[in-house]
Amino acid sequence: MLTFEPYGNPTYFALLGVALLPLMIGLLYGKRSRLYETLISIFFLVLTFGGAKWTQGVALIIYILYEVGLTWGYAVYRRNHNSGPFFYLMVILAIAPLTIVKVTPAVENGQASLIGFLGISYLTFRAVQTIMETRDGAIKNYNVMTFLQFMLFFPTISSGPIDRYRRFEADYRSVPDRDKYLGMLQKGIRYLFVGFMYKFILAYYFGTILMPKLQLMAMHSRGGFLDISWPLVGYMYCYSADLFFDFAGYSLFAVGTSYIMGIATPMNFKQPWRSPNIKDFWNRWHITLSFWFRDFIYMRLVFWFMKHKVFKKPTTTANVTYVINMLVMGFWHGVTWYYITYGLFHGVALMVNDMWLRYKKKHRQSVPHNHFTQIFAIFLTGNLVCFSFLIFSGILDKIWF
Amino acid sequence: MDIKETVLNILNDLTGSDVSGAMDENLFDSGIMDSMASVQLLLSLQSELGVNVPVSEFERSEWDTPNKIIAKVESLA
Repeated sequence: MLTFEPYGNPTYFALLGVALLPLMIGLLYGKRSRLYETLISIFFLVLTFGGAKWTQGVALIIYILYEVGLTWGYAVYRRNHNSGPFFYLMVILAIAPLTIVKVTPAVENGQASLIGFLGISYLTFRAVQTIMETRDGAIKNYNVMTFLQFMLFFPTISSGPIDRYRRFEADYRSVPDRDKYLGMLQKGIRYLFVGFMYKFILAYYFGTILMPKLQLMAMHSRGGFLDISWPLVGYMYCYSADLFFDFAGYSLFAVGTSYIMGIATPMNFKQPWRSPNIKDFWNRWHITLSFWFRDFIYMRLVFWFMKHKVFKKPTTTANVTYVINMLVMGFWHGVTWYYITYGLFHGVALMVNDMWLRYKKKHRQSVPHNHFTQIFAIFLTGNLVCFSFLIFSGILDKIWF
Repeated sequence: MDIKETVLNILNDLTGSDVSGAMDENLFDSGIMDSMASVQLLLSLQSELGVNVPVSEFERSEWDTPNKIIAKVESLA
């Protein structure tokens, strides 16, 4: 049987075009057929998780039933009760499968966990968010079918963008009028074509053609201070370019396909290389992930710390939470020294960034601000980010150990 | 003291700058507010006005200018 990586090859796109055509015509005439949407969702899910990858498909089905049980159960419970410990227990249970999948390779010599499947992280983010917003009373009308559609929305299932239950529900329950939908269609198709350029031309060049050569050269140029060499510097920029074009390309496919289906899935990248500082970078890079961390880890932890007066100074609260937040993000990427160092690096970078912003505010007169400083800030941020991606890439693990 | 004045006082204390001159300025774009300041704002609204806003309801685009914040608080008070 055929199996595909989502957006992996021309056949996938051809099937996508054929499957979406009736849906497009329906939306143009103001109709949304839930049955048809569900059928093509199942079709593409089977293409992704069926065939030789059937064990992943089974893992997905069990996982989904488990998370539906938790979110549904909690929504029913929350109508009349609101116990703190029970809420924490639900969150821990919702994260448990992902934690097992992430820790297993570290303790089992790289062996992948049996309960894992492509996209488990992204589904976990959606489930945990649903539980948290249910507790806050923001989600009042939890609906199992909507939740299933939200979790199994095939364009974004494998790697996001991470949508929010309420935002998705609002789009899913309505049909855009013709003018609005034509605008979405136009955008969606443009996104797909920009995605082709990113993923199949630029990421292919940087990642498949250039990167292996640079890696080989960097391995041969070891011996200097910390084994650093010019090819390694080249690798750093090449890896960063590949990471960006590959993931931004994928995200454009996912968002573009969503738009064609009349769902305005949020964008994942917003010109990240223009960021003048690290803080701004995280508002532009893998946005749905960083905002998820901001809203469901950073802000909630800060809220808790401040309410219980754990730290005297707000700046201490912010700094500690930055580091915790980014360390969690590092661990989420995987339990290896380089992912965790990457998280720590960004946590500390955010701390230093805030210190600098405070200093600048206090000494507004003496700190120059002009085109030159702006360009310098963008240059510095870009290079710091590329350096963090060098850590993230894991090549140092190969060169050093 | 009315809501508008209280909110402006909270914002001035929080950000260290007088925002009353630019009521439609985007506080996040200009770097005056960030997530930390947002949480402090929510806590101050709770203690000074008794307005409870869970973090889930803090949709940044609805809270990004002094005018929007005042309107939001007035609707919740």
